[in-house]
Amino acid sequence: MKEQLIQYIVRLGDDSMILGHRLSELCGHGPALEIDMALTNISLDLFGQTRNYFTYAAELEGKGRTEDDFAYKRDIREFGNVLLTEQPNDDFAYVIARQFFFDSYHLPFLERLKNSKDERLAAIAAKSFKEVSYHLRFSTEWMKRLGGGTDESHSRLQTAVTDLWDYVGEMWQETDLDKELNQAGFAPDLKEVAKEAKAHIQDVLAEANIQAPDSTWSHSGGKKGIHSEHMGFILSDFQWMQRTYPNMEW
Amino acid sequence: MTTEKIYDLLLEVPDPEIPALSVLDLGIVRDVEIQGAEKVLVTITPTYTGCPAMDMIAVNIKAVLQEHGFETEIKTVLSPAWTTDWITESGKQKLKENGIVPPVAKSFDKKALMDEYDNVPCPFCESDNTALISQFGTTACKALYKCNDCKEPFDYFKCH
Repeated sequence: MKEQLIQYIVRLGDDSMILGHRLSELCGHGPALEIDMALTNISLDLFGQTRNYFTYAAELEGKGRTEDDFAYKRDIREFGNVLLTEQPNDDFAYVIARQFFFDSYHLPFLERLKNSKDERLAAIAAKSFKEVSYHLRFSTEWMKRLGGGTDESHSRLQTAVTDLWDYVGEMWQETDLDKELNQAGFAPDLKEVAKEAKAHIQDVLAEANIQAPDSTWSHSGGKKGIHSEHMGFILSDFQWMQRTYPNMEW
Repeated sequence: MTTEKIYDLLLEVPDPEIPALSVLDLGIVRDVEIQGAEKVLVTITPTYTGCPAMDMIAVNIKAVLQEHGFETEIKTVLSPAWTTDWITESGKQKLKENGIVPPVAKSFDKKALMDEYDNVPCPFCESDNTALISQFGTTACKALYKCNDCKEPFDYFKCH
C-alpha cells in the first residue's frame, strides 16, 4: 500500500504544480494589475501545496530524494496530473474557465481528503482547503462577470467552456489507484466529489448564461502519464535548468 | 533558562512581510521546548502553504536565538492549521496602526466565505463605505480594498 500511497500523493502534487506553472506564466501578463496579482497568488498557493505533497512523498519513499527531484527529475510519463491542468493560456477566458473547472473539483476533493486515514495527508488537505475556497470564489465570480459582461467576453467564455469541456470529466474518472486508496480509507470517493462539483458548475454556468455542451465523453490518460502535446513544452521550459546543467544548485 | 525567556526573545523576531508584527503576534509559533542547557526546539506553522516568508522566518528565529547563545532547531507543523484567530490582540492592534485592517470575523466558516463579503472598515477614516478591489492583495494573506469616502486604498488581512 505504501507504494500506491506515494504514487497517489505525487499525482496530487502534479495537479497543483502544473496548474500553478500555467498560472505563473501569466506573471506580468495579467489583463490588469489586480488580476495579475490574484493569479500569481493562486499559483503560489498551488506551489505551496505541491511542496507539501512532494516533501511527504520523498519522506515516505525514504530513498533520499527531495521535493526538487520530483519536480525536476522526472520525465513526462511519470507525471500524473489531469490533462485540464496543462491546457494553455489561450486567452483570459480560457484561464478563468480552466481555473473554475479545476477549483470546482478541488474544493470538494480537499474537503473529503481532510478525513483521510493518513494524518499528514489530512493535515495538508485541511490547510489547502482554506486557500482553495478563495480560489473557487475568485474563479466563480469571474465566470459570472465574463458570462454576463459584453458580447465579446460572453462569446470568448462560451468558446473556452466548450473547448475545455471534454477535459473536465477526467478529474473524477476513477483509476484503479483511486479506487484502491478510497477503499483503504486514504482517498476521497470521487463519485461524491463529482456530484458536488457538477452541481456547482451547473449553477454557475446557468447564472453566467453559458451553455454546457451535451457531451459526457471525456479525454483521459493524464492520471496514468499519457499527456497532451502541451505537457512536453511545459516540461522543457520548467525543467530546462536541470536538463541543461544536471544537478546544478544555486 | 526558561521557555518564558525564549518567548521574550522571539518578540524581537519580526515577520518579514509585515515587520511591525513579531512572529508571536502573528501566532505562528506553536511551541518552544528546551532540550538542553543551550538547546531549543521551536515549532512553527505556516500561515499559507506557499508563504515565501517561512524559510526567512526560520532563519531569523535561529539568528536571534543564536545571538543569545542558543542552538536552535526549527520544526514546521501543518496541523492544526493556522487561522487568523491565532493573531494576538496586540498583533491586530499593530496591523491596524500600520494601515492593514485585521480580520473582522472569526476564522473560517465556509458559508460566510463563499456567500458574502466581510464588511471591512477603512483603517484611515473608519468609514464603512468601502469596496473590494481584489481578493488577492500585496501578499496571499491579504485582500486589496479601497475606501469610497477618503479614497485611500488599503490592505485587509483576510479571514482564514
